[in-house]
Amino acid sequence: MNLLMSVSRNPLVLGLAVALALSGCASKNSLPNSPGELGLAANGAAPGSQQDLTLNVGDRIFFDTDSSAIRTDSAATLDRQAQWLAKYPNDAVLIEGNADERGTRAYNLALGARRAAATRSYLISKGVSAARIKTISYGKERPVAVCDDISCWSQNRRAVTVVRGASS
Amino acid sequence: MSLYRKDNQFPAPRAFMAHIRRAAVFWAVFGHVLMVSLVLMPGTAHAVVEIDITKGNVEALPLAITDFASKDDIGAKIASVIADDLKRSGLFAPINKAAFIQKITDPNLSPRFEDWRVINAQALVVGRVTAEADGRLRTEFRLWDTFAAEQLIGQQFFTQPENWRRVAHIIADAIYEKLTGEKGYFDTRVVFVSESGPRNDRKKRLAIMDQDSANLRFLTQGDDLVLTPRFSPSRQEVTYMSFANGQPRVYLLQLETGQREIVGNFPGMTFSPRFSPDGQKVIMSLEQNGDANIYTMDLRSRKTTRLTNTTAIDTSPSYSPEGQQIVFESDRGGRQQLYVMNADGSNQKRISFGDGSYSTPVWSPRGDLIAFTKQSGGKFSIGVMRPDGSGERILTTGFHNEGPTWSPNGRVIMFFRQPAGAAGPQLYSIDLTGYNEERVQTPEFGSDPAWSPLLK
Repeated sequence: MNLLMSVSRNPLVLGLAVALALSGCASKNSLPNSPGELGLAANGAAPGSQQDLTLNVGDRIFFDTDSSAIRTDSAATLDRQAQWLAKYPNDAVLIEGNADERGTRAYNLALGARRAAATRSYLISKGVSAARIKTISYGKERPVAVCDDISCWSQNRRAVTVVRGASS
Repeated sequence: MSLYRKDNQFPAPRAFMAHIRRAAVFWAVFGHVLMVSLVLMPGTAHAVVEIDITKGNVEALPLAITDFASKDDIGAKIASVIADDLKRSGLFAPINKAAFIQKITDPNLSPRFEDWRVINAQALVVGRVTAEADGRLRTEFRLWDTFAAEQLIGQQFFTQPENWRRVAHIIADAIYEKLTGEKGYFDTRVVFVSESGPRNDRKKRLAIMDQDSANLRFLTQGDDLVLTPRFSPSRQEVTYMSFANGQPRVYLLQLETGQREIVGNFPGMTFSPRFSPDGQKVIMSLEQNGDANIYTMDLRSRKTTRLTNTTAIDTSPSYSPEGQQIVFESDRGGRQQLYVMNADGSNQKRISFGDGSYSTPVWSPRGDLIAFTKQSGGKFSIGVMRPDGSGERILTTGFHNEGPTWSPNGRVIMFFRQPAGAAGPQLYSIDLTGYNEERVQTPEFGSDPAWSPLLK
């Protein structure tokens, strides 16, 4: 149960991981991102909140090694994010780009930035205003999964969309 | 009597207030009875004992480092720091004190050379520590060539008592230089990132310590993520990257005052900073829209200059010692590879062509080699190559080795190693030849080491 090891700093994500573990349907290679995939009913998350985005839309996408290309499964998540952002036009978001730990520090900072930029570009192409989206890279500094094989590395190569409240 | 003052250029608020006066001494002035033939001008002795350190696996030179005469244990402590420095270099083998035949009671008398030859001590270090009337510590030492029966060095030092470790390092450097012909590197410090906490929630603090792990102090408190500190070659400054206020930027930190400032006013993330060899510029990467290019900022004029212009990741710039060239890594050709360019950005040329990817290049202070991290076959290695890319040698390979930094004499490389599993990274040093790998002790996990120049 690698997911049990993926204790996030985000308690919502931890909750999600535990829910996954209990449901026993965790897949190593593609993490479920939506309540449909999880087999969960819509929950009581406040509409437009981070919890709403995380649980009902999917707050993160994953990348292949050394790549910032938006995968097909990621595009589906970002399409939902774009629709969700259209519903809540006052929300601004921060896209956090991350890399796995199998690279050197400076390169991974730049790779995380490249992933965040690719994610931002995709959302803009789907109609989200550029002014609403800021990016940051944490390089390899913020792993959520900490084992030493691909099951963890693939979870860490990610871009996470974080709701920052009303855009200014 | 030729005395010269050695002003300390590295004072800091507390522990680093060193005021070391270094004096080359004609021993006769001490009034001790010395045989005339022992009185040698420093620098005139022709050493018979010397180490050829150009070979790969050097056989360590056995030498005797006696406890310096003193009223308390300070003489033994100084001798111990000297012995530890020399031993850690891998070039010297201090002889166990239990084997010593002669007990040195007066270091100003000629030793009984035969007593030292019989235990195969090629060189002998003796000394004495006394308190001056003004409270300063006076440390005298001599290095003897036991087989030639010649004095190689005679020096004395005055310092505040709390700086006794620096005196020991300076003496170790003098012995190292005399016997190897190369400058030493013991009177130096290391700045690094001290890490604590679980892997998915690491607390990172900048820390500085002597090269032998003593006198550690923290420069930041762990509130902000900090990375890749580098020493200024000319001032008491460190440049590093911090995520303070959610803005990942390159900073300057004054070690004496603790004052910090952002370097430049760039529109995106700045990272991977390093000083130019004259200390007047910071070179770094600026990220915009997912591309990273290399810029410099002149610290006096604040002028920024763009050196590369790619849609790739150009980062980890490092100047040649004369400042005329820059080595950096770029993935413009696909995977990360090393490139060299002129200091103005012209003539960019790829130099690495082996299997795998190459990153974190650092130009040796001697100019003859570039150290790097290499990723190949799922392993991370530390290696060196010539500036034209020839002569690649791997010094150590494993699960994850990263981030080399050179000792100021270009002889030793420090790096960090992240083992597989839950444990965090640790600092290591290794000789340029690939021998003598040693763990560098830190109280917590350690990463991103940077070696200082020789202290002044």
